Amino acid sequence: MPQLTDLLFYGFAALTLLFGFLCVANPLSRNPVTSAMFLVLTIISMAGLFILLHAFFLAAVQVLVYAGAVMVLFLFVIMLLDLKEEERRKLRKFTVGLGAVAVAAIAGILIKATLSAVPLAAGKVVEGNTKPLGVALFTQYLLPFEILSILLLVAMVGVILLSKKELK
Amino acid sequence: MDAIKYLDPSVQFILFSVLKIVFVFGVTMTAVAYAVLVERKISAWIQDRPGPNRTAPFFVQFIPVLGPWLTRLGIFQPMADGLKFILKEDFTPSYVRTIYFWIAPAIACVPALLTMAVIPFGSQIGGEKMVIADLNVGILYTFGIVSLGVYGIVLAGYASNSKYPFLGSIRSSAQMISYELAMGMSVVPIFMLVGDLNLSSVIGYQADHGWNILKQPVSFIIFLIAAFAETNRLPFDLPESETELVGGYHTEYSSMKFALFFLGEYAAMIAASAMMVTLFLGGWTLPGLSDPASSLLGGLLHILIFGAKMGVFMVIFIWVRWMLPRFRYDQLMDLGWRRFIPLALANILVTALVVAFTNK
Repeated sequence: MPQLTDLLFYGFAALTLLFGFLCVANPLSRNPVTSAMFLVLTIISMAGLFILLHAFFLAAVQVLVYAGAVMVLFLFVIMLLDLKEEERRKLRKFTVGLGAVAVAAIAGILIKATLSAVPLAAGKVVEGNTKPLGVALFTQYLLPFEILSILLLVAMVGVILLSKKELK
Repeated sequence: MDAIKYLDPSVQFILFSVLKIVFVFGVTMTAVAYAVLVERKISAWIQDRPGPNRTAPFFVQFIPVLGPWLTRLGIFQPMADGLKFILKEDFTPSYVRTIYFWIAPAIACVPALLTMAVIPFGSQIGGEKMVIADLNVGILYTFGIVSLGVYGIVLAGYASNSKYPFLGSIRSSAQMISYELAMGMSVVPIFMLVGDLNLSSVIGYQADHGWNILKQPVSFIIFLIAAFAETNRLPFDLPESETELVGGYHTEYSSMKFALFFLGEYAAMIAASAMMVTLFLGGWTLPGLSDPASSLLGGLLHILIFGAKMGVFMVIFIWVRWMLPRFRYDQLMDLGWRRFIPLALANILVTALVVAFTNK
């Protein structure tokens, strides 16, 4: 008899794939708001997968940052734009080609990571606690962490500069 | 009761969880109904009116003394309100986006209810902890779920497909994201002191070291004011602001769908009160009563203490609504971004320095 966690994994994995598909290629609607909402559902299903891995912190932050903040801003922008044109737009060969390249690159990384992954010793559970994560970020991964922070700061300054019409 | 002990642990877990969920859901729903009554009564007293004082089922008039007294208090008004919401015509305007129009009210009221899952509303009864899910990332879960609440309002504005709801929903998404930041940063010092994100350990810490409101008054004030903005209550009810936007995001809604928005707002107030009690006022503890209860009576007493503290916050929420005028939108944004966020950051820095120099 399959374990409950296995069933939950297949459930959330199927939902993630289904919502992800509906986000990019919904046969029923070309409405960008619908796509955005399906992306939110994809993110929430992925948070479910993280919880099954006992990565509670990652799951909570995933929902908090992506579903709760980033996607709300996406929705905000989509709703403020005039979307009639996007709904009518046909697919072009160039964009499809670029999309395929991006998908192939991500798939390559995923396959490589899966092949080189070492299975976890039986019975061992990785507890996604906040303390080890914080310690790791400030010791082992200090440099990447600081570089990312500066990158975000640069992006923030750039956005403020772009959104100001006239500079004094 | 002994029969329960011989059950399988997983069966026990499911049984107790279902019982706790039913209890919390039932109490929250009743509290929502009566919070509306309390709101109407307090607003009436502030404006020197009697408030709802007639509604009663026919048989109540035959009860001597008690019957008329309960009727004057308006005890039966929430039942009449509920019935009215169900029986009113559920009108869907022809120009709305139907699917979103239907799901938006549901999305608006679910997050507030889900937040209640991590609140430790009592110590324990018979060895069973009085919290539905004792997550080790309790507070992050709460913020994650609360941040989803904005979708209900945004989608309601989008679905209504008309001016005023749309303006209301745009205002609300900007307001809720801004104040979520201030709110999230205001609680960081609490967890620096406690050293854990789990809400039960926050209460345990306060039982040993005194309530957090005394140590972190700045945090508390920022959290309280941000909670007003997050629940769209006056003085920050700009998404609704009936005098300029008709009714804001729920202009086009009627009947039970409108009631769900209403319910969501009050459930969010209850959840925010519960969070403030847990984070700043020691949860279910009182000085002298802070050990986990060993008897059934003690367990119930702790739940009552928690309820009483929440009640205080609910009254503050209602009181403020009828005493203060609404902010202007630019004042709201200015307060959030230019006052609270720097203040919260400074508070984090000061607390970090104090913790670093005093501990370890």
